Formats: sequence, C-alpha cells, structure tokens
Amino acid sequence: MLKIANLHATVADTPILKGLNLEINAGEVHAIMGPNGSGKSTLAAVLAGRDGYEVTAGSIEYQGRDLLALAVEERARAGVFLAFQYPVEIPGVSNMEFLRASLEAVRSHRGEPNLSAVEFMKLARATSQQLQLDPEFLKRGVNEGFSGGEKKRNEILQMLLLQPNLAILDETDSGLDIDALQVVADGVNALRSPERAIIMVTHYQRLLDYVVPDYVHVLADGCILRSGGPELALELEAKGYGWLRDDAA
Amino acid sequence: MSKNLGQLDRMVHGAYEAGWTTDIESDTLAPGLNEDTVRFISARKQEPDWLLQWRLKAFRHWQTMVHPEWAHVHYPAIDYQSISYYSAPRRPGDGPQSLDEVDPELLRTYEKLGIPLHERAALAGVAVDAVFDSVSVVTTFKEKLGEAGVIFCPISEAVREHPELIRKYLGSVVPFRDNFFAGLNSAVFSDGSFVYVPKGVRCPMELSTYFRINARNTGQFERTLIVADEGSHVSYLEGCTAPQRDENQLHAAVVELIALKGAEIKYSTVQNWYPGDADGRGGIYNFVTKRGIAHANAKISWTQVETGSAITWKYPSVILQGDNAVGEFYSVALTRGMQQADTGTKMVHVGRNTRSTIVSKGISAMRAENAYRGLVHIGAGADNARNHTQCDSLLIGDRCGAHTFPYIESRNPSATVEHEATTSKVGDDQLFLCRQRGLDPEKAVSMIVNGFCKQVFRELPMEFAVEAGKLLEVSLEGAVG
Repeated sequence: MLKIANLHATVADTPILKGLNLEINAGEVHAIMGPNGSGKSTLAAVLAGRDGYEVTAGSIEYQGRDLLALAVEERARAGVFLAFQYPVEIPGVSNMEFLRASLEAVRSHRGEPNLSAVEFMKLARATSQQLQLDPEFLKRGVNEGFSGGEKKRNEILQMLLLQPNLAILDETDSGLDIDALQVVADGVNALRSPERAIIMVTHYQRLLDYVVPDYVHVLADGCILRSGGPELALELEAKGYGWLRDDAA
Repeated sequence: MSKNLGQLDRMVHGAYEAGWTTDIESDTLAPGLNEDTVRFISARKQEPDWLLQWRLKAFRHWQTMVHPEWAHVHYPAIDYQSISYYSAPRRPGDGPQSLDEVDPELLRTYEKLGIPLHERAALAGVAVDAVFDSVSVVTTFKEKLGEAGVIFCPISEAVREHPELIRKYLGSVVPFRDNFFAGLNSAVFSDGSFVYVPKGVRCPMELSTYFRINARNTGQFERTLIVADEGSHVSYLEGCTAPQRDENQLHAAVVELIALKGAEIKYSTVQNWYPGDADGRGGIYNFVTKRGIAHANAKISWTQVETGSAITWKYPSVILQGDNAVGEFYSVALTRGMQQADTGTKMVHVGRNTRSTIVSKGISAMRAENAYRGLVHIGAGADNARNHTQCDSLLIGDRCGAHTFPYIESRNPSATVEHEATTSKVGDDQLFLCRQRGLDPEKAVSMIVNGFCKQVFRELPMEFAVEAGKLLEVSLEGAVG
C-alpha cells in the first residue's frame, strides 16, 4: 500500500529525514517510535503533504500512485488520514457541519452518494457514542473549548467516519488519561481490517499495550535505526533509546 | 509558509461582480461646490424655503469645519471642488409615477443586481426603494404599505408630502454640526428613503433601499430617516454597489433613526461598494454617519456586513435616551486588497436600566487594514446600565492589520461594562486540518470565515442572511470565482 524509498525531507532548510525507507502492506499496523527530534512527526506531516515540509529526495508510492504529486486534499480523498497531535479549533463551524462537509468530499471522490441529513446524523451520533462522546458536542464548534482528551477523541471520530485506507496517528496517545486511552485504542482497533493500514507515531510503549502493532520501527536522526515486532517496543521501554544508538555505533 | 500565503492571497482575490456601468443619459451638475450648488439641488427637488435655508446654514457651517484625521485610514486629501454633487438619469417631466414610466435600462440595472423591481417578480415580503446616483427611481409596494399606514418613499417626496414629519425629525439625531461629513451631507444631500411607521403598527413587510452609484466623478449623498412611532416595529435593509472605476468616489450618507416609546427598529446593511483594485486604484470612500435615538423601552439594532469600499468610516450608534432602552450593534467588516476600514459604534447610555450589546467581527486579508473603534458612554443618570462588547479580529495572511480602539466612559458606578477582544489568524493549521479532511482550500477558507461571522449573520433578516454568506464567499473565492 505504501512504499517509502530513500526519503529526504527538510524543514526550514534543516534536514530532518535522511534517507528513510519503509514499506507497509494493507492489513498491517506499524508503530513508529523514537526520541524527540528524530523525525517522527515530520514523517507524518510529509505523508499528509503539509506546507513547510520539503521533500528533497526519494519517493513515496501510495496504492501505486506518486503520493508526493497529490495536493493535500487529494491525498485525503484518496484515503490518507492524519490524526493530529495538536488538533486546532475552528470557532463557529459546528463539528457536525465540518464532519458532514468532509465526509461528502471524501464520499463524492469515491463515487458514493451523499448521505441524507438523517442518515448522517444517525451515523455521527452512533460513532460519537462508540467513543463515549456526548452527541451534544457535535453541535459545538470544531474543537472549540474541547478538553485535550475530547480533541483526541474527536480526531478518532473523524477517522471512523471517513474510513481511511491509511490512517496516520501522530502521538494521539499523548496527554490522554488511561480511560481515554482505552477508548481511543478501541476506536483504532475497530478500524483494523485487511484492507487498511495504520501508522502509529508514539513516544511511549503505553498505547501499544492496547493496540498491538505488527511492526515496530525506531527512528533516530531521520532514518529507521531498527525494525522488529512488538517485543522491540518493550525492550525500548526497559532500556531507553540510548541503548540502540550505542548498539548501532 | 510563503507558499501557503500565496494560496491564501489568490483565494481572497475575488472579482467584484457589480462593477459594470449602466449606459444611460444623465443630467449631471458640473463639478464644484458653493452656495449655488446647494441652491441648485434644492431647486431641482422643488424644496420649500425652510429646507433650503437649513441646507445653506449647514453649508456655511461645514465651511468652518476641518476634515477629521483621527481615523486609522490613509488617503490623499479630497478635492471637494472636483466632485459633481448631483446626477440624475434624464427623464421626461416630473419623473416616473409608476414602474411603466421607468426607463427600462434602469429596471435592467436593478434586475442584474438581483433586485427585480416589478412587484410580481420582487422578493416576497420585501418593499424596495431604488436610488440611482442622486435620485430615487422607484419605490415598490407603496400601496400595500399604505394600507397599514406605513409611509415608505424617497425623502425628496416626503419633504413635499409629509413636511411636518421631516421638519420635526430631520437633523434631530445627527445635527449638521455633528461632524464634517454630516455637515457636507446636510448641505448637498440628494435622495434616500423615508419611513414612518404609525403607533402600534408592525410593518407588514421588510423595507429595503438599494443604492447604486453609476455616474463618473459623482458623489452620492443620501439621507435616510426612519421614524418608528410608539410601540411600532420595522425591519429595514440597505444594499449598495457601484461600478468599477479608476478614480475614487465619495459616498457621504447620513442615516437617522427615531424609535419612540416601545418601538423597535432593526436596520441591516449589506455594503458592497466597489472596493478598488488589488493595488488600491479606485473604489468608494464610504464616510457615513448613522445614529439612532431609542426612547423608553425602545430597541434599535444595527447589523452591518461591510465587504466593499476602498475606505469605510462609519459608526452606527445608538443614544439610549429612555429608561430600559436597548441598543445592539452586530458587524462583519471584511477588508482585502488595499481596503481600509475604521468602523464600530457608539452606545450612549442616558436612561436607567439601558442595555447595549456590541459584536464586531473584523476580517483582514492581503494588505488591508481593519480597525474597530467603539465608544461606550454611561451617563451619570444611567443607573444599572449594562454593556457587553465582543470584538474579534481574523487575519488572513501576514501583511494585513487589525486594530481595536475601545473607549469606555462611565459616569455611573452602578453600571456594568464588559469588553472582550480576540485576534486570530486563519491559520495554516486550520486550513491544513480542513484540507486533510478532503475539503478544497476555497471551501475551507469560506467555512472558516463564515464560522467566524456566524454570530452576526444570525441577526440578519432571513432573506438576506444567505445573501450575506454568498457575498462573503464571492469576496473570498477568487481562485474559483
């Protein structure tokens, strides 16, 4: 589904990613771990096409297409979803209105008919209940006055509605208490399927107790330093990142 | 970053859709301003002597006044001798008495602007007074309104038909000594609308005036007077457009509202004068004085959506004269290109238990400047007066400016005055979130801006809330417009 080859990327002319290679197949869940500044969030931003992140070399192939040639919204409609680390507020635009517009954009790209207002309401309500969010909050402005946990759950709500092919979760676990983490993890697990792939960018092993990945990659200084199974995350938790670096040196 | 700004810029480069001209023969007075100009206008309108004398007094006083310099706007000095003060479409005799006599070219003009003047085609429930340059060309639904006792006509006609009302109220809220532009307007005002709603009557229709500047080098100096007698209710809307021209044109209007005991006036403006091009060439100077007086238990509510004009200088205000009077001001001001706006309100609390609400939303894009300027004055007798002000600015890109100048004067310790202000950016982050969820950048910006303005749009009459949203979209789209 996703093939990243020799990816180099800069932010404000500073090289961050330096020759990253990664291949992800449908049905897989990959965890990307690594210390601060290793390039985890840059990778997520580059995949989504955020401005300010410049790819200087390498390629990204997504479902056989050149992902880098697509605009941000084209990637989104093609099924690339990014759950934000810091979801922004859009005051005055109701969550409902926003979700509906975005679902319509994605569905019309897929050639699916728009849901009626009633069908959409039903779906949105059911999904928010699944995430233990009060349906009242669908009427509030996008992320407006939401707590940190609510914002993260709202990201998962959007993900479940849009049913992406490739979901990228950028430190979705940070700032969540244990109950919220469970809810978010249930949401992510609900999305797992043989047609979909999930990338979880995370700092901690904690989330991986709830969403068990197929592969764990450790990113350091813009490259993947080591890849392994879920046991690699546990080892990291015990020994810290320093161990790997010393090992590599 | 710069790449993103470029995109935002393209998006706000909307085309001005009302920029065409009407090819029509006009009687236009040669440029220049002296007492003869004032006499000419008064004579052309067959005014009684008292009004001519009032105009002359205003003119003489205006000559002693100085041009205001305090606003946060910049423009070269205006040469008042280079402007024509009167232009009217040529017509036989005394002018049209019915739609059949109106020049079809004028009807087409309004039709093209989305304002059909034939009553059968008109917007349901909306009566229109159409003002073209210096004259009113037609007022619709006069008969139907007449049945309810409501007077809705051009002010020049009201001077002839209802002199007692005009004499009593003209200049009673905005005297000609008030300010430079009000003085000028009082001397040379041409046309505008007059509304009188009798005691206890709820006006059966929305009233609206549609102002169009067409002639070159001509100023428009309209004058609107609305009197809502005790316990009555009226909702009024004005719309404004002008052709695209390279030179600046002056629009200096005065609007006076009188809400007697228990009356309610809702006054909405959708102002879309030609804003000038992206480099600041041309556009209307919109220097307007709007003020209402609310007697006991009366309510005056101003709602404005300002997207046009090269420069906007206006402060629709309410004097809360009587006890329990209510004043409201809801404003959206969008500036883009080189537009400048210095707008806000004055709430002058005189009576006891008076309440005022101010909600101002300023949006600046590209190199535009947008300032909110508001005064809340609580007089010594205004026991328990309350004001709440909310003033939000939204910036699109990083070369525009937003400024807030709130003035609060309280002479009564029992008053409550609250002021909230925020400034935010249509951030790259918001735009990225929307696009990451599959939305077009144009749709994203328009959604963000509409969300920002929602609180104000809610206050517009239903027929126009949608229009206002669309207008904002046209103003912002550019790339797809």
